[in-house]
Amino acid sequence: MAISITTPITIEKVRQLKAGDEVLISGEILTGRDAAHKRLVTLVNEGKPLPVELKDATIYFVGPTPARPGEVIGSAGPTTSYRMDAYSPILIEKCGLTGMIGKGERDESVVSAMKEFGAVYFAAIGGAGALIAQSITAAEVICYEDLGPEAIHRLTVKDFPVVVAQDSFGNSLFESGPAMYRK
Amino acid sequence: MRIIKSEDITTAVTNLCLPAAVKLPDDVMKALRDGAVMEESPLGKSILNQVVLNGEIARNESRPICQDTGYAVIFAEIGQECFVEGSTIEAAIQQGIRDGYKAGYLRKSIVDDPLFDRKNSTDNTPAVIHLSTVPGDKITIVLAPKGGGSENMSKINMMKPSDGEEGVFKFVVDSVIHAGGNPCPPTIVGVGIGGTFEKCAEMAKRSLLREVGSVHPDPRYAALEKRILDEINRSGVGPQGLGGTVTALAVHISTYPCHIAQMPVAVNLNCHAARHAEVTI
Repeated sequence: MAISITTPITIEKVRQLKAGDEVLISGEILTGRDAAHKRLVTLVNEGKPLPVELKDATIYFVGPTPARPGEVIGSAGPTTSYRMDAYSPILIEKCGLTGMIGKGERDESVVSAMKEFGAVYFAAIGGAGALIAQSITAAEVICYEDLGPEAIHRLTVKDFPVVVAQDSFGNSLFESGPAMYRK
Repeated sequence: MRIIKSEDITTAVTNLCLPAAVKLPDDVMKALRDGAVMEESPLGKSILNQVVLNGEIARNESRPICQDTGYAVIFAEIGQECFVEGSTIEAAIQQGIRDGYKAGYLRKSIVDDPLFDRKNSTDNTPAVIHLSTVPGDKITIVLAPKGGGSENMSKINMMKPSDGEEGVFKFVVDSVIHAGGNPCPPTIVGVGIGGTFEKCAEMAKRSLLREVGSVHPDPRYAALEKRILDEINRSGVGPQGLGGTVTALAVHISTYPCHIAQMPVAVNLNCHAARHAEVTI
C-alpha cells in the first residue's frame, strides 16, 4: 500500500519514510540536473542568494522533452542521480533541501548529509517518461532558461509514483533489495 | 548507377527520428513482457509492468518512451552502385537529425564543447555516423538513439589472450553488476571481442541492434552469452537496481579478428528503452 505525501516534505515527514516504502507524491517540486546544480552550488559557495527557495524543497533530477502544443510537459522520467552527488550534500546542508528524486544509487557523502540534516532520496522508474508525465499537472520554467532541457522548472504533480530508495537513517534499497534476490 | 538526391536522405532520416523515439521494437516489448512474468520481486514486477505500460502509452500517444531521446547514432550501409547528388551523405544525415528532432519535439541533449563550454547545440547535432559500403543500389539507414545513463556505464578492457573465456566472462558480468541501477536495468548487454580499441567499442554498440531472443550462430559464443546472462540475472540487481531476478534481457556478442598480442573486450549497455528504427532508400 503506497503512502501519499504532499510537498513540502518537512524533516518530520522525512524521518517517517523508510527505504522500500512506495510513495505517491503530490504538490510542487523543482527540477534540476547537472548544469543547474553546478550553478546553484557556485552561488552557495560564493555566499550569493539563490534564484529559487530550497528549504524543505524536493528536486526531481529530470530534463523533459519539449511539450508539444496543448501539452503540460513532454516525457519526463528521472536521470541518473550519481552525477549530482558532488552537489546534493551542499544543498542539503546549506539550503535545507529535504527531497530528491532520481534513479540509481547515491554515494556516501550524500547519505551522510541525508542522515545528519534530514533528507530522503526517492527512485522513480527510469525510462518511463511517458507514464510519469501523466502525473505532472503543471510545469513552468522558473530560472536558467538558457540551459534548455536543464532549466529549473516548477512542476505540480499528483500521485507521482516513487520508492524510497535511500532513507534518512542510512538504509538503502540498493543494498537490501539485491541482497534478497542474489543467488 | 542509381542517382539519389541528398535531400531524399535528409527526408528519410527526418522521418526516422520520431518513430525511433516513440516505438519500442516488438522484440524488446516482448522481452519486457516476458521479464515482468519471470521477475520474482514484487517491486521488480511492478516496475516492469509500468515499463510495459509506458511502452504502450508511448506507442499509442506518439510520446517519447524516455525523455532522454539520446545521442543520434547512425549506422548507414551505402550500396556502391548509388551516386548521391547534392551534399555529402554525412551532411544530409545531420540535416535530417536537425529537422527530425525539432519536428518531433524531441530533447536536444548534445553540448558543443565537451569540457569547457558545454553549451547545448540546440538541435541535437552532430550525430555519430558509421558508414559502410555494400553491393547494390540501395541505402539502408538505422537510427539508434542512445541514452546517456546507460552509455556512461560502458567499459573497455584491453585484455590479454591468456585471460581467455573466464576473463571475458568475469569482466562482462562485473561491469553489469557494478553499473547497478544506473543504466536503467533490465539492460541489453552489447559485447565486442577482438578488433582494435575503437573497432571493439563499435562492435559492442552495434551488437545492441541484434534481435532480442536471437541466438548467436557460433554455438561457443551462444553458450557464453547464455552463461553471462544467467550469472547477471543471479546477481540480484533487478529492475532499476532495486532488487530482483531480471537484470538483463539479453547478452549479444560480436567478434572480429585481432592482433596476436591482444584481446580487447568492450561492454556497451542499453537501457530497457532499446530503441532503433530503420529505413531503406
